[in-house]
Amino acid sequence: MSIDLTDEVVGFSAQEPVISARDVRVWYGTTKGAIRAVDGVSFDLAPGETLGLVGESGCGKSTLGRGLMGLLPEGAKRDGEVLFRGRDIFSLSPKAAYQLRGRELGMIFQEPLTRLNPLMRISQHFEETIKQHEPDLSKDEIRNRALEVLRLMGIPPTRYRSYPHEFSGGMRQRLMIALTLVLRPAFVVADEPTTALDVLVEAQIVQILNDLRRNFQTSLLLITHNVGIVAEACDRVAVMYAGRIVEQGSVADVFKNPQHPYTRELLRSTISLTTTGLNYIPGAPPDLIDPPDGCRFHPRCPDAMNVCAAKDPVNIARPGGGRVECWLVGPEEEIPSAGRQALEQEELTVVDEA
Amino acid sequence: MSRAGSGSLPRYILQRVLLVIPMIWVILTLVFFILRVAPGDPVSAALGGKISPQALEQRRQALGFNRPLIAQYWDYLSSVAHLDFGTTFSDNQPVLRVITDNGGATLYLTVAAFVLALVVGIPLGLIAGRYRDSAPDVVFRLFGILTYAAPVFFVGFLLQFYVAEPLGLPTSGDASPITIFEVPTKTHILLVDALLSGNGAAVQDVLKHLVLPATTLGLLICGVFIRLVRVNMLQTMQADYVEAAEARGLTAGKVTWRHGFRNALVPVITVVGLQFALLLSGAILTEETFNWPGIGQKLLYYINNRDYGAVQGIVTFFALAVVLISLLIDIVNALIDPRVRY
Repeated sequence: MSIDLTDEVVGFSAQEPVISARDVRVWYGTTKGAIRAVDGVSFDLAPGETLGLVGESGCGKSTLGRGLMGLLPEGAKRDGEVLFRGRDIFSLSPKAAYQLRGRELGMIFQEPLTRLNPLMRISQHFEETIKQHEPDLSKDEIRNRALEVLRLMGIPPTRYRSYPHEFSGGMRQRLMIALTLVLRPAFVVADEPTTALDVLVEAQIVQILNDLRRNFQTSLLLITHNVGIVAEACDRVAVMYAGRIVEQGSVADVFKNPQHPYTRELLRSTISLTTTGLNYIPGAPPDLIDPPDGCRFHPRCPDAMNVCAAKDPVNIARPGGGRVECWLVGPEEEIPSAGRQALEQEELTVVDEA
Repeated sequence: MSRAGSGSLPRYILQRVLLVIPMIWVILTLVFFILRVAPGDPVSAALGGKISPQALEQRRQALGFNRPLIAQYWDYLSSVAHLDFGTTFSDNQPVLRVITDNGGATLYLTVAAFVLALVVGIPLGLIAGRYRDSAPDVVFRLFGILTYAAPVFFVGFLLQFYVAEPLGLPTSGDASPITIFEVPTKTHILLVDALLSGNGAAVQDVLKHLVLPATTLGLLICGVFIRLVRVNMLQTMQADYVEAAEARGLTAGKVTWRHGFRNALVPVITVVGLQFALLLSGAILTEETFNWPGIGQKLLYYINNRDYGAVQGIVTFFALAVVLISLLIDIVNALIDPRVRY
């Protein structure tokens, strides 16, 4: 399934990409075998650009984000190439990786309530973070830097010396964002930053993330399962299924003309004011220890053809720009004769789904 | 520095201190009634058959055992409030005297054991928890189980038999007669008295006597500490804020120290306070094994002589000590963890 992509096919911006990931793989070792949580993912991210990464739970979104940050648990392995401003961050020495993390690569997490050390004041969080990367700054300079970012996040300076438990969930997420941004990282992974928050706070956080690229030229990888947030906050979208990006392109185009059946079904499953019935994709994501042959979505795909179960789909350019992996789009010449016939699907029973 | 919203520490401490009063009352009541569940009365239990019935009746009246239970209970409470813990029957001494005379030896034995257990147990537990399933982890865990499971008198015996001789350490008592003779009694804590006297040889002698009993008692709770600290360290290193600290690029050492160790010790402090009760019961066995002239050995003597007056007084004192220690632990906890102050 290896693919050789040149920058001009994947990249959308004329600018040099900040992050350029090629064939990234992440495995978790288990007693039953390796779980291939991320299995050959490639994308580019330009300065100030936001890429939304969507997909079902367990499709490898968070693992990809953590893999890029180098925050994988013990027993996990990563492979591939991720160029950050031309340097491969997967082959850095541990020391160089530490220096990059926080300063150039930031991460915002899902659960803001548990991400701050309960025994430390907010000021101490900022002090230790800034000191780690800029040891020469005086205490006053650190304070000024921290207060400036906190002001941007709408947190008054009087709260600088408070403890984490004295803040609400939304405020703590803004604190986490401030703590990530105080070092001005060029690339930030936001792993479902609004999932644990209510809708009003969610809108606020999305607004803040939107302002990010304007204020700091930050490139953002926004991991979410909320298609609405992608539409609001992202330039481009990548749809992930079973460890692979099955379709990526500009948000407007992908949402208007989804090329992959999975993207289409995912968009159809979104609930909005005009929704009258609930749509869902039957079945569950596949076992990543032993994924299905061919296209991984074929057992659940309403449009599956014979070729889908036999051959891995080829990563090709989308008609509207971007990339897609689906035999429905092509390439025609690689589909064997009779490959276009509809695949006889095994009936998905309720038991299977459970 | 703004303390606004940080919870008021003085108010919290005041609350805790006020709560101690009902706690002590419950304990005193329990001690009083448990000792009176036994048939007859303490005086006849202790002295029955040893002196004439008339003398016995005299003693009973003198000590007030013929009065209604509720009056006795009131007397007991009010005398404890005046720090009067009663009188022993067998040798007719104020219990407070017994405690001040013998408590000092127990005090510095338990403190030494406690410090030893902390100094050994916490680092070993932290290392074992940080480097899970490594060779040190396995060894320290095994060490922890063994020291906790081994009976005090057995460990004491092993030390007396195998360690005392090669190192030239004494196996009995708290000092040689010459030291006891030379050091003037001021605080009733021999180690402190020896230090105050400025007599180097005496200090050395007292410390030498202290080594084996303190090690025996220290090992007992050291095992508890290792296991406790290890589990907390394991859990803390998996906490979300530890991962977040890593994501901010803090070095592994800083993450382990500032976010791991410190946070792992918070729940440990609470349990350490509870271990104080174990320490006191362990002290009784240690004192017996090493012939240590402490309050524990004295308590055993009075129990064997069925001296309920003395037992009641000493148990009351022990209970008060445990209550005060737990108050202290609560305050330390509040100082470290801002969330407790609410």
